[in-house]
Amino acid sequence: MNNETTNQALEDQELIAKFLKETTLFLGPDPDIMRDHSIMPRSADEDRCMEKFTDLNQIASIRERLQSACEEGFEMVEQMGAAPGAKWGDIITGIYSASGDLTIGSAGGVLIFSALVHHPIKFIIKNWIEEKTVGVSEGDGFIHNDSRYGNVHNTDQSMIVPVFHEGQLVCWVASTVHEGENGAIEPGGMPSMAETSFDEGLKMSPFKVVENYEIKKDLLTFLQNSVREPKLQYEDMKVKLFACMRLEKRIKEVLAADGPDALTACLRYTNESVVTEVRRRISEWPDMTVRTQTIMDSTLRENALLKINLAVTKKGNRLIFDFTGTSPELTNRAINTQLPGMKGMVGQAFMNHIWPDLPRGQAGLSPVEFVTQQGTLVDCSYAAPNSQSLMSIFHSFTVAQHATAKFLYSCPDKYTRVLAPWHNMINTFIWGGVNQHGETLGNLCADLNGMGGGARMDRDGEHALSPIFATMADIGEQEMNEEEVPFLQLVSKKMTTNTQAPGKYRGGMGYTMIAATKDSDQWGFMTTTQGSKVPTIQGLFGGYAGGSYPLCKVQGMDVYDILLKTPEMFKHSIHEIMNEQPFPGAKYSTHHMGMGFDISKRGELYMISQGSGGGYGDPLERDPTYVIMDIEEGLITADWAKKLYKVEFNEQTLVVDAEATEKLRAEYRALRKKQGVPYAEFVKSHVKDTPPENIPFYGSWNDDLDSVYAGSIHDKRDAKNPGPIYVTHPKDVRISELEAELVEVRKQAGLPPANERK
Amino acid sequence: MKVLMTEYLRIDLETENWECRVCDHVVGSARGNYKEGLLVYNRDPADIHPSIIDPDKYRFTFCPDREWVNIYEFYCPSCGTQVEVEYTFPNHAPLYDMEVDVDALKEQWSQREEILEPIKGPNVLVDRCHTHKH
Ligand SMILES: [Zn+2]
Repeated sequence: MNNETTNQALEDQELIAKFLKETTLFLGPDPDIMRDHSIMPRSADEDRCMEKFTDLNQIASIRERLQSACEEGFEMVEQMGAAPGAKWGDIITGIYSASGDLTIGSAGGVLIFSALVHHPIKFIIKNWIEEKTVGVSEGDGFIHNDSRYGNVHNTDQSMIVPVFHEGQLVCWVASTVHEGENGAIEPGGMPSMAETSFDEGLKMSPFKVVENYEIKKDLLTFLQNSVREPKLQYEDMKVKLFACMRLEKRIKEVLAADGPDALTACLRYTNESVVTEVRRRISEWPDMTVRTQTIMDSTLRENALLKINLAVTKKGNRLIFDFTGTSPELTNRAINTQLPGMKGMVGQAFMNHIWPDLPRGQAGLSPVEFVTQQGTLVDCSYAAPNSQSLMSIFHSFTVAQHATAKFLYSCPDKYTRVLAPWHNMINTFIWGGVNQHGETLGNLCADLNGMGGGARMDRDGEHALSPIFATMADIGEQEMNEEEVPFLQLVSKKMTTNTQAPGKYRGGMGYTMIAATKDSDQWGFMTTTQGSKVPTIQGLFGGYAGGSYPLCKVQGMDVYDILLKTPEMFKHSIHEIMNEQPFPGAKYSTHHMGMGFDISKRGELYMISQGSGGGYGDPLERDPTYVIMDIEEGLITADWAKKLYKVEFNEQTLVVDAEATEKLRAEYRALRKKQGVPYAEFVKSHVKDTPPENIPFYGSWNDDLDSVYAGSIHDKRDAKNPGPIYVTHPKDVRISELEAELVEVRKQAGLPPANERK
Repeated sequence: MKVLMTEYLRIDLETENWECRVCDHVVGSARGNYKEGLLVYNRDPADIHPSIIDPDKYRFTFCPDREWVNIYEFYCPSCGTQVEVEYTFPNHAPLYDMEVDVDALKEQWSQREEILEPIKGPNVLVDRCHTHKH
């Protein structure tokens, strides 16, 4: 082939590529962008800058300034943001390289938000820079929330701003907030009721909403009309834009002082050195495969058993997370996640709990490899709803946390304590309606941030400490919230007795929330967690998980009347109210924690509890001093302290009888040896070849990872290509049950079947 | 040399065995599943997670549903220490949770000093018990 034909062929190829690009009918999510969580290859420009700038002190100095710029942006959003989530730190600001890699995120806030924004930035770079109807210029801002283009769920909105130096794009900045409202079929932005992606409200692929640093009014008005909180939509778009502009200002100070090449070198050097360090740290781990799983007990619409399965293999400096065997996606349930959401949450496990000393960027997860099957809970299809992706994402966090603890124990160098799994569900009230000021609202209580911490290898877990997605977030001031919402939390932040995850060190516990609507007859609540039948986490090294937790309701009474007339009747705990039933004529009921939006009546009680982090080690090794302290603090009752920890003490004085305790514990160890069955015998007598017949089960069973069950022992599918699963509407299930019952009753009464009536 | 692998288990690199750290009992080959050398018990969830609200009155009580979850406890057959707990699906096989590459472990530790007490890592908090004890 001569040069002429080669050139001709190249030209043809370019022409075809250009033609295809210009005639693309739909720019859907790009798998090349969406399936890649690693940092981009080093560009020629980055190469040039890194050769030019090798002074690590200068690079560190720039990085510190960028870090403090991120803190400043974070502070701005936290102080000015209108969304409740903004006030409690469910936000973040970050700086991205010219090619879109997150390099520095603010120390406070939710790293996973930023860690996923590199996907939409890369989409903008690939599609909008060259696109003549869009383009990327100084003063532009892009909005985004669609998880299919890289996000946790579409309740989080990002503002993305390119930073230029003398006409050259040098980097990107972005700010993300858990906004809450997004116009979905239920208020608050995370509908459990969504059966298709079209039920999930506003879904914004990245588009330009800001020009010359100003929000375009026409687009803004459209967005405001798409959600229940139009004012909030505007306020927070402004806040995020101003935070981005402040970051841009600080970056321009760096550009003025050190020049664009130094900035580029700093960003690239930071990410590459993190990758190198992570590989080194991985290589310190023992070579092995660790297997674990967690149990989902609900789709948030109905109870079912769904498996999140994980095998982590470490070999040399490679670390592979293999989710094969995990439940297939549910095609009309909202608990699925797009692949990046799962990866981002595994990244959180590393950056929050294992290597918090590393720069909070995307590079920390970059060397980690993932194996998933498309069409599963952790890697769902384009069409599957994912507004409650938190369910799959949080379980992914827990299996990652549980598995990595088993690698970390033997390592001579540790960067944090070995830790039992954190509580992993957002036990909180999501709310919405018309408030006491006549405004339409839809959002949630910050109590979601009060998850109990896991026990550590040398101490108990912390109570109600922080959510798994942010180590520095707040649970908010209830009294402040009450100025804007028409309900009170009559009991709040009181630890729920006897809910601890036992162990040598127990998990950090959760607290009780009792809410009742007061000043609105258009107000309601929903709860969106799993774990009412089966604990959602695991314990570690002989410690237990936390228990399960119900939603309790008391209806047909007005607690505000009672508090006015007979206040002594009110009780301050779920167990007293439910067991003593102190309000005459009221209806007391329990429900699983996947309550769809429920319109409340004045003074009716909704009662829930946050969950406990996992326990660590054999409870028989728990220091009796700690057991007594827990009794003194009302965390556990004396009878359960004795039962769980085998401690002998005087119930009046709480003085421990050390000798009797030793005896009790020795006896219990002997009992274990008597009750315990040799492994092979246990497997033979207890283990079954198929999942339970009478419970819908989704996922692999025992060692067979080639096939997965899809809700029934008669529906076994190829794990690599499970196909769609449609779950029947719970009301239709109930109607069928009642119809069957009716047929039976009519038959007994000697009446003809209902459909044959004249 | 022995490597501390979990709170209660270590691997003896010379004999290539899992051992109980509490009583020195040899649990089994480090090239296999340590659980095979332990005793197993299927614990009733109600023994660990109390029904805070009355199970005779209510469906959901804070106690996990024993029809929906099994809790496997694994004990050292010699000292009765609870080495591991596994929450799993009803009648599901226990997981082979730590499949160690013993040769790689030997290679890795040939470069290291033996560690007799587990390394905890950096400390960040004051002990909860501090003010009570002294
Ligand atoms: Zn032992």
